[in-house]
Amino acid sequence: ALTMVMRQYQVVGRRLPKDGKDPKQLYRMKLFAPNEVVAKSRFWYFTSKLRKLKRANGQILAVNEMVERKPHQVKNFGITVRWDSRHGTHNMFKEYRDTSLNGAVEKMYQECASRYRCRFRSIQILATKRLAAKETTGQGLLGGPLKQFHQRKIAFPLTHRVQRPSSRRFRTTFKAVKPSTY
Amino acid sequence: PPMAPVTRKLVQIGRVAMVNYGPETGKLVTIINVIDGTRVLVDGPRSITGISRQSFPIKRLSLTSIVINITRDASTTQLEKRWKEQDIMTKWKASGWAKKQEIRAKRAGLSD
Repeated sequence: ALTMVMRQYQVVGRRLPKDGKDPKQLYRMKLFAPNEVVAKSRFWYFTSKLRKLKRANGQILAVNEMVERKPHQVKNFGITVRWDSRHGTHNMFKEYRDTSLNGAVEKMYQECASRYRCRFRSIQILATKRLAAKETTGQGLLGGPLKQFHQRKIAFPLTHRVQRPSSRRFRTTFKAVKPSTY
Repeated sequence: PPMAPVTRKLVQIGRVAMVNYGPETGKLVTIINVIDGTRVLVDGPRSITGISRQSFPIKRLSLTSIVINITRDASTTQLEKRWKEQDIMTKWKASGWAKKQEIRAKRAGLSD
């Protein structure tokens, strides 16, 4: 894929056992990362910010991927993001329409990169929520304003279709016939 | 002379489309939901056309004039039923488009 594929992970960690005694507290984090390695790294990044715990003092007990339950159902997602720009840090709430939360998060990272030149490292996802069509506030613009897709009998034409050959093998510089765009 | 208005085919629920790019080129799909301006949720149905339920880019679809009366997010079994009831495959094969496709395939498969 041309975009960084996002996966959702549940990472569980704890402090290292001391004198044979297991620590009582476990820490669980749900986060988005392209793979397990980055997931573990982000776990330590956030944990050390939130608790007096760092990689040297702790251990990860589990890294489990959380898979979309119904990947063939179209859903609306709201994602609350905290991101760093060149001169400050901001909050954002963005809505996306996709078949999976992972897909929505991917779109969010892409959109932030394109609109704000913001990289993966500068973005923290504070919350993600699946929204019913009624709950969406219309703050999604990617792929068209979100609310216009919430119609029971949606129908739209495809305007100005630029034809492309079904395979790069059939590309030619010149065509005999002017293509039709509808 | 005034030009006749163009009757466009619409991206809508139940629209049958043909895949025009990628490994599944030439196969038919039914649009069962619209995700956003660039993608639709599509289902063959699998048993009839070979394409399973998935998110599909609109750019890779050529719309046909066939529209099936289905509800949004119809199940695959519902779809299969409609395809068989209304004999969509036969309707498709009777269209000029499908016939031209067959001729092209035949020509490509000819040997000296």
